[in-house]
Amino acid sequence: MSTAKAVTEEKKITRKDFMTNQAVRWCPGCGDYAVLVSVQNALAKLEKNKDDVVFVSGIGCSSRFPYYVDTYGFHTIHGRAVAVATGVKTANPKLDVWVISGDGDSLSIGGNHFIHAIRRNIGLKYLVFNNEIYGLTKGQYSPTTKQGAVTKSSPHGSLDQPFNPASLCVGAETSFYARVTDTNPKFMTEVFIEAAKHKGTAFIEILQNCVIFNNKTHEQITGKEFRDDNQLVLKHNEPMIFGKNKDKGIVLDKTELKVVRIGENGIKESDILKHDAHADSPNLAFMLSRLTLPQYPIPVGIIRQVERPVYEEQLHAQIKQAKQEKKAVDLNALLNSGDTWEVD
Amino acid sequence: MSSEPECHELERVTIKFAGDSGDGMQLTGSMFSDESAVFGNDLATFPDYPAEIRAPAGTVAGVSGFQVQIGSVDVHTPGDTADALVAMNPAAFKANIRHIRKGATIVIDMDSWTEDELQKAEMEEDPLKTDLVSSYRIIQAPISKMTRETLKETTLDLKGKDRCKNMFALGIMFWLFNRPLINTEKYLKKKFEKKPHIIDANIKVLRAGYTYAQTIELFSVNYKIRPAKIKKGLYRQISGNHAVALGIIAASQKAGRDAFLGSYPITPASDILHELAKYKEFGAKVIQAEDEIGGICMAIGAAYAGDLAFTTTSGPGLSLKAEAIGLAVMAELPLVIVNVQRGGPSTGLPTKTEQSDLMQAMYGRHGECPLPVIAASTPGNCFEFTLKAAKIAVEYMTPVILLTDGYLGNGSEPWLIPDMDKYPPIQSRLPKNNKKPYMSYKRDQQTLSREWCVPGMPGLAHRIGGLEKDDRSGHVSYVPQNHEFMVRIRAEKVERVVDQVPDQKLIGNETGDLLVISWGGTFGSLLSAVTEMKEEGKKISLAHINYLNPFPENIEEILGNFKQVVVCELNLGQLHTILQAQFPNINFLKYNKVQGQPFMIGELKWHFASLLAGGDL
Repeated sequence: MSTAKAVTEEKKITRKDFMTNQAVRWCPGCGDYAVLVSVQNALAKLEKNKDDVVFVSGIGCSSRFPYYVDTYGFHTIHGRAVAVATGVKTANPKLDVWVISGDGDSLSIGGNHFIHAIRRNIGLKYLVFNNEIYGLTKGQYSPTTKQGAVTKSSPHGSLDQPFNPASLCVGAETSFYARVTDTNPKFMTEVFIEAAKHKGTAFIEILQNCVIFNNKTHEQITGKEFRDDNQLVLKHNEPMIFGKNKDKGIVLDKTELKVVRIGENGIKESDILKHDAHADSPNLAFMLSRLTLPQYPIPVGIIRQVERPVYEEQLHAQIKQAKQEKKAVDLNALLNSGDTWEVD
Repeated sequence: MSSEPECHELERVTIKFAGDSGDGMQLTGSMFSDESAVFGNDLATFPDYPAEIRAPAGTVAGVSGFQVQIGSVDVHTPGDTADALVAMNPAAFKANIRHIRKGATIVIDMDSWTEDELQKAEMEEDPLKTDLVSSYRIIQAPISKMTRETLKETTLDLKGKDRCKNMFALGIMFWLFNRPLINTEKYLKKKFEKKPHIIDANIKVLRAGYTYAQTIELFSVNYKIRPAKIKKGLYRQISGNHAVALGIIAASQKAGRDAFLGSYPITPASDILHELAKYKEFGAKVIQAEDEIGGICMAIGAAYAGDLAFTTTSGPGLSLKAEAIGLAVMAELPLVIVNVQRGGPSTGLPTKTEQSDLMQAMYGRHGECPLPVIAASTPGNCFEFTLKAAKIAVEYMTPVILLTDGYLGNGSEPWLIPDMDKYPPIQSRLPKNNKKPYMSYKRDQQTLSREWCVPGMPGLAHRIGGLEKDDRSGHVSYVPQNHEFMVRIRAEKVERVVDQVPDQKLIGNETGDLLVISWGGTFGSLLSAVTEMKEEGKKISLAHINYLNPFPENIEEILGNFKQVVVCELNLGQLHTILQAQFPNINFLKYNKVQGQPFMIGELKWHFASLLAGGDL
């Protein structure tokens, strides 16, 4: 019987190695397909051993994901994927643990686990499919649904102020936050590969389209005619330039980011703010997280990527140290410890 | 010099230490207990403290108490009524006087016996000026003043000095019951290792209290309680919560897997979390989760990845974990859920004991969702039932609920340290081959357990989850017949746990007039009551149940041989309902108490006597 490792030596790992024989059951045209392909491509490019990869999901359309990736997988309960994944990663830090979740799953019912995983900085790749709607329960407004949106449960328009996942992540001390769109699989794959290499929680918000209940909710960002002007593709240490003609950019004006046009009012390319994903301070990341249409373009790419102590590494370091310091790890010795007395 | 007092010998004595929450009564009571344990007495303790960390000083709501019964004979309970009470203020006196035997010795701190303190305790009349005084032997000791006097040469400020007054009271009790001081002094030296001036102060006051009692002529007698004839061996004092923590480490070693605990702080279970967090050298991975659900979900994740996983909680937490327990049942993963029960519903009585989560443990989940339920019955056997719960969980691939309660969790007793070599190993069922496709729900013929296949095992990558599974392959299945088959096989798997359940033991004869049935933490009270009545010639027996699901196989045989059967519980009759449904041919009577307090031996005996007399008492 050849092990998976032996296979790697024989032939190149491809996306096919991560496909299962299960029929994929998302609606035709669903954005989830592109994410699945991008993840499988990322795993192949990273030459991952499928036996060491685990996908943990919650509940929702996207949470069927593990059934379609030929690795270990655990389809858990609503909102709790990241808590289950925390247990998996802590139990065995050698595993590559990916969490698959949605805006309802992670930002509503699982909101607590979401912020606490990020603050702990546990080594998870955390993918949240944000389609701004509940799909599996057939069309209720979610915590990211735009205010005023008419849905099945908000026939007169949604009253709720939506969450901004990026701002929440920054507030929870994220060490890695990226935003991608389901319309750009190549870019998704690149970001997933970066996320996979990151130590700690790598959170990726995927702007994903629900073709049935919230079609084209991200159209202003992802549509062919809009994307160049409405997306700000961020790369570390590169100027924040965007627009069809690459003539628009972001500058820092006092305490606010501002859109400027290169060539107007004496603005030169060198005046444009350079992206710093690795800045110690989260201030720039927070400012970027606040950019919304129509005044600003929507930043995509890795907004923040910093090194911070990783939860499971620290826990295992404490265990290792305790084992070194207290040599006696004999059970009988533990039971006999403390104040004891002999009865004879 | 005073004349030598008379020394009376007692078989057993119950002592209660009571004072304000800040008076250090829990510590004082523990120190008295530890000293007695080392001296060789058998004993049982009952810490009884308020939910408020510091209720307004001097009020009845803020009274914290610690009761201990010590004996030269077997002791199974902390005692019904106390033979001696230390009351550090009027509120402590008021809160406890109902539970003090007439004729008992009561030591009060006279310095706290002021108009102001009486008012705070809402006492309209000073009891010392009433007839009440004649019913007790009341020693009015100026404890606060004497403590300050003892420490007048030290550098401690007034607050620091007053903090030592519990040691003065302890010194008095040590003299009254003829205890040595050695162990307590040793303990103080260790506890305040880095603060030698605190050690000196405490020991000084402790000795002053002892000398005071010896010198004043208020005590005409003192008492002696000889060491008990208990089984030979090495002992330590243990509480139920501490025993669970040790049980977790023991189980992890027996299973050859790392222990994992996902837990959220909750009274009265938090001590398990505190204790286990100390055992990192044994590889214990302990996470304080963001909430109860996080705690169990992390444990489920750890179990899925191959750790021996636990989550610990109390009633409200068990409610929150219900959905996740369902996932563990469906995914067929090993997991132990420890529920240290407290008074409910809702926040209820967080620091008081109750047995009202049995129904929740048995049935508190959606869907057909059975799991094994077992209950510990003494602080010490929380250890072996934790081991047993883990063994069942791993060998049957199922979540198991272990019920203890606040009384067991906080109470303590001398514990004969077990020899771990005598406990059987916990055997995981590992995948035998990696034939493709992997059948993740293929079962063992005998236990019906699936294999524990964890991520990282080569060639066996597969998916599981909360959706219904196809038998054998484990793929998602909506086939109607398959669902019913899986529901039935999960139930049968739990029934087969009976192979791990020893026969129900009976204390007393196999036939008789009255069979008493009880479960969990009430064992000590029931054992004492039934034993005393047997000695009085009554035809009474006790079946105390530790295995609640499945029941021991022989339970039905036992039930039929008695004229009457009564089920005693600290709830409104939850086991009673279950037994009545399962054995409809038996007429089960019930006896219940829901006051947040354990059964008194006296009230049990009175009720049993009434049943034996045909209800005419």
